[in-house]
Amino acid sequence: MDATEIGLWGVPLAVLGGAIRVSTPFIFVSLGEAITERSGRINLGLEGTLVFGAMTAYAVAVMTGSPWLGLLAAAAAGLCFGLFHGWICKFRGVNDIAIGIALMLFGSGLAFFFGKPFIRPSAPDLPAIPFGGWSDIPQVQAALNVNVLFLIGAALAVFLWWAFRNTRAGLILRVVGDSSDAARAMGLNPNTVRLIATGIGGALAGIGGAYLSLYYPGSWTEGISSGQGLMAVALVIFARWNPLGCFAAALLFGGAGALGPALQSVGVTQGYYLFYAAPYILTLVIMIATSSPSRSLAGAPGELSITK
Amino acid sequence: MSDRGKKALGVETIGMSMRFGAFTALDDVSIKVPAGSFHALLGENGAGKSTLVKCIMGFYHPTTGDILVDGREVTIASPKDASALGLGMVYQHFTLVPSLTGAENLVISREKVPGIIDWRKERAALAQFMERMPFKLPLDVKVAELAAGEKQKLEIIKQLYLGRSFLVLDEPTSVLTPGEAQEVLGLVRGMTKAGDLTVLMISHKFHEVTAFADDITVLRKGRLTGTGKVLELSHKKMAAMMIGDQPIAALDSRAPVPVGARRILTVKALKAPDRTGLKTINIGELDVKSGEIVGVAGISGNGQKEFLEVLAGQRTRDAGDVLVKGSPYGASRAEARTLNVRFIPEEPLRNACAPRMTVAENMAFRTFDLNEAGKPISWIRMSAIRDYATRLVEQFKVKTASLASPISSLSGGNVQRAVLARELTGEVDLLIVSNPCFGLDFSAVAEIRARIMKARNAGAAVLLMSEDLDELLELSDRIFVMSDGALVYETPIAQASVQTIGEHMAGHH
Repeated sequence: MDATEIGLWGVPLAVLGGAIRVSTPFIFVSLGEAITERSGRINLGLEGTLVFGAMTAYAVAVMTGSPWLGLLAAAAAGLCFGLFHGWICKFRGVNDIAIGIALMLFGSGLAFFFGKPFIRPSAPDLPAIPFGGWSDIPQVQAALNVNVLFLIGAALAVFLWWAFRNTRAGLILRVVGDSSDAARAMGLNPNTVRLIATGIGGALAGIGGAYLSLYYPGSWTEGISSGQGLMAVALVIFARWNPLGCFAAALLFGGAGALGPALQSVGVTQGYYLFYAAPYILTLVIMIATSSPSRSLAGAPGELSITK
Repeated sequence: MSDRGKKALGVETIGMSMRFGAFTALDDVSIKVPAGSFHALLGENGAGKSTLVKCIMGFYHPTTGDILVDGREVTIASPKDASALGLGMVYQHFTLVPSLTGAENLVISREKVPGIIDWRKERAALAQFMERMPFKLPLDVKVAELAAGEKQKLEIIKQLYLGRSFLVLDEPTSVLTPGEAQEVLGLVRGMTKAGDLTVLMISHKFHEVTAFADDITVLRKGRLTGTGKVLELSHKKMAAMMIGDQPIAALDSRAPVPVGARRILTVKALKAPDRTGLKTINIGELDVKSGEIVGVAGISGNGQKEFLEVLAGQRTRDAGDVLVKGSPYGASRAEARTLNVRFIPEEPLRNACAPRMTVAENMAFRTFDLNEAGKPISWIRMSAIRDYATRLVEQFKVKTASLASPISSLSGGNVQRAVLARELTGEVDLLIVSNPCFGLDFSAVAEIRARIMKARNAGAAVLLMSEDLDELLELSDRIFVMSDGALVYETPIAQASVQTIGEHMAGHH
């Protein structure tokens, strides 16, 4: 069987499969960013962390032969980037957005520098679970071949959503993000909480990077991220800092990203490049649609510099 | 949450002094607050009230002096020590976290919170605790959605929940309606009478002190200037203890509004989105005549701020007309200039000044590009700006180190004086004022009110929005009440009653 036999049904199927495949890095980066932003800081450096995580994961996987070690190394690298951001931002007069941009460039540059020797060799992939075994249509099988990281990401979103209200750590995070003064009055140190939150956010972004190089697209190239880390930051705002919203928004963005290739596969030959731009257009449209000149964002953490 | 909260604590300071370098903030102050009493601490801004309280609460370490709790000498090295002893403080600004619910706020403020919160158990415990409290509050609503009075109650409840039995209340009613203030203080008063609680309240509202407190202590310039039983003191005596013998600007007597006075400001069917964008404010009809002060009362957050922002040009309107002397007014600089509209917003440093520019530059905002004849000029002369500012600074008694210091370095009262100087100089036909005296001390308040009254008597139409009902009653010729985005009640001053106004403010009509 080939694409023509299931006809246009191939498009939604490919979009669904693409949504699952493409969304995973968005899920991890946006959940990480949601944690960081809920603590009252914004880390734009996650784009750099994502790229560096992708390179680290690939390099370690090539050298050790284990994708899981690669994943761990990427998370560790992301943690370091996050902690660095969190540490610098505690000083007076330091702007978290400026530091984020610096770290974004620094992370990408460092990844390109160390990643040069790893462009050629191939690394083992992260495993996927074939949920499509019940069907004998290859498109269905391909679409439902779900990577474990996607499942972990989905579980993490639910866990964070629960944890933000039902754990001490979650409540403390929200207190710090909403009011530094209230946090200090409670004897909490906002800087420490933010340091940890930014560190965790970085580690999750590193894992997102590992997925990029170890599963889809599945190799290390310098253009591997193409701005996904930045889009994930926009996505958190769109999702109103809600982890479940982040998950849904990541699926939406993933699906939009899969639109171009899906149209191409059913034989649309003209203008499909326009659909490759779908995620970017979607980002813009969503940002415009959800903002308003006369009211501030509902649900925004009070200490966040971009919404203050 | 402990059951120690059942017994009130007595607190005493002996010879408390606090020096910051060469400056003495507190000089040998001894006060005694017996267990189960309601004690009021009076004084002007900078009199040392908050320094004293901060020493008791462990934020400051007094240079000399001792603290006794229940007759025993104690060392309070940090706020933690204070809370361990059962001393708590309710601040003037809220310390609750707005995006958390009441229940979440209470639980997270506890010393020991389990890693995973069992909400069913916590809710049950909270419900049980609330049964013993005189306050009734919805705990499952986000704090941001509570009214100011409810927030204040929640602040007090939080302290009691944490097992504190000696409470410092820092101007607890400054954000409440008269009705809410009565209720909150009445309930607190009840708890002190029952011997569950001791209260030390910082206040400058004499009528509250008289109605609720047992004893008072008065501070001035860091010294204790008086103390006694409330029953034995008149307001006049209290005021004398507070301000000493410095002169207070007297209010001009009110000139009668001339019959057939010209309508200056007319607002018709004005609609604008509020802060959240979910509700709209809707001003049916309002006009202000020359030579009268029209007051707008209301609890903060009922649309007064948005209404003011529309008039000031800080917020766009959806529909309706704003006319000044019959011509449409869009708050542009040119319109304000030709129609003589002046504006004294609240938080003047934020809304009426460029904080880092100098005092002289800020005072020249209205006139820097005009010459003496009021014609536009192409070259700005710094010397003219300086001369102008020198004159105004002297006339309005603005205390500043120099004309070249940034206006943000001035005290609140002096920033307000500088803005007043800028706005009240020259011809004023319409003056729009909002909370002009918020956070200012006695003499500054008296002076600013006198200036507003003077402008009115000189023929300006004044629209005065204030959260301080006493201020409105003192200055206004007519009072409107704003509630839920609309003007719901109007009364001439002669028939105004605090009771009725308060009920409309609370939206009970």
